[in-house]
Amino acid sequence: MEINSGATAWVLISAALVLFMTPGLALFYGGMVRSKNVLGMLMQNVFAMGLISVLWAVVGFSLAFGGGNRWIGNFDLAFLRDVVGDVGKAAQIPGYGDTLVIPAMAFVAFQMMFAVITPALITGATADRLKFGSYVLFIGLWSVLVYSVVARWVFSPNGWLFRRGALDFAGGAAIHVNAGIGALAIAMVIGPRRGWMKEPMPPHNLPFTVIGTGILWFGWFGFNAGSALGADGIAAQALVNTNLAAATAMLAWLLVERLVSGHATTLGACSGAVAGLVAITPCAGFVGGMSPIIIGGLAGAICFLCLKLKQLLRVDDSLDVLAVHLIGGLFGSIALGFFADKSATGVGADGVFFGGGADLLVDQLVAVGAVMLFSFVVSYLIAFAIERTIGLRVDEESELVGLDQSQHAETAYQS
Amino acid sequence: MKLITAIVKPFKLDDVKDALKTAGVTGITVSEARGFGRQGGHTETYRGTEYKIDFVPKARIEAVVDDHLVDSVIDTIRTSAATGKIGDGKIWVTNVERIVRIRTGEEGPDAV
Repeated sequence: MEINSGATAWVLISAALVLFMTPGLALFYGGMVRSKNVLGMLMQNVFAMGLISVLWAVVGFSLAFGGGNRWIGNFDLAFLRDVVGDVGKAAQIPGYGDTLVIPAMAFVAFQMMFAVITPALITGATADRLKFGSYVLFIGLWSVLVYSVVARWVFSPNGWLFRRGALDFAGGAAIHVNAGIGALAIAMVIGPRRGWMKEPMPPHNLPFTVIGTGILWFGWFGFNAGSALGADGIAAQALVNTNLAAATAMLAWLLVERLVSGHATTLGACSGAVAGLVAITPCAGFVGGMSPIIIGGLAGAICFLCLKLKQLLRVDDSLDVLAVHLIGGLFGSIALGFFADKSATGVGADGVFFGGGADLLVDQLVAVGAVMLFSFVVSYLIAFAIERTIGLRVDEESELVGLDQSQHAETAYQS
Repeated sequence: MKLITAIVKPFKLDDVKDALKTAGVTGITVSEARGFGRQGGHTETYRGTEYKIDFVPKARIEAVVDDHLVDSVIDTIRTSAATGKIGDGKIWVTNVERIVRIRTGEEGPDAV
């Protein structure tokens, strides 16, 4: 296909929007930790922009989108060699045939930003106690051994889940379920923060969290609508769906929160919006009408009610990656099996509610099941291996003085 | 010379300051403080989990005054800081052995 300049412009802008989500996530999480750990949290997120960008170019992209088989790509496109092919022609990425209308490097850039933010999502589960060096090792290994593989399965047209017929528009399974279950695994290995459930650990700066939420919501338009890989009706529908789901999830979260715990809170509004954004991610270009409103509303309520899960599991998932990303991503991926509507955008399939029968639903369940199983096991093994060698968590004194001083020799707020 | 220290609710600080000025106090020092008394702390709810916050924000006011002003200053603070609800704070008085104005070197009541 010829390069379409409108599509190319939109995907390049979307890549920038998605990159911006990572510092947004840094603020979203950074506001929720105690003030002695805020730089540690910001640093972990920002650092992903450095390390993962490079890893993606060196090997990650090739393992996800290169030649190879349905389980994993090969090293054909490692170091981004031979990716561009015919200069001036649209991308020829294995599996896509001649369907892409953007240059190969636009595709590489857009996917790179997804690779960057996915491991960063995990930092919320290990807040306030993960050694920086161990973090570096963990996300480096995780990005190559878990993310690239799952991206292969789900995103690449050569991947086995994609070929089965499982749908994931922008990464409900590949990103949120994947990072969410990985977060659970490392949180189980590292153990709880000192004082968890005994002393209060309230957020130190919720205005940061509000700003972060705004950046995430804004960037998510690139994340979801950019995943159309074109500037067309699919992208526009995805953008509207994204906004509506975030909006209704915020409302639903606040309503349930008000009923259950007495107040509609600022943190609740932010958490609800993000839960809705997560849930609509797999569905964004495959649903229409009022479906995003229903999906968002249910996601907001369900994710709020799942906040208690970590206490049942006795895992200190400090900033609720489990409830927001794993449950939100799971719910969205499964909901797509019901709400998918091919008439909305002309792509995808029909779900249970739109005359498609249960085929898609089964594929969705297989997809999230496979991603959870694989990601949990490999994430756990990586975390376990690091714990047994260099150790995952900081020593007691470092944890008490905080990550800012102990890991980075800095203080966020000079008074 | 006496040092009067008062812990009051932060939002009453302006009222207390205005009242003290009117009562003839020439200077006060104010700082932000946190603590608990009989009021205890308060609760905050984050993502459905209730936290007990032990330390409540308070304002600490310090003024050095001449002995004969002590009773009226205490009354002034009491009247202007009171809301009638628990957590209104405390006032205490301590002896000041010596006071010096840095600029001039004056001592005693002249230095206040």
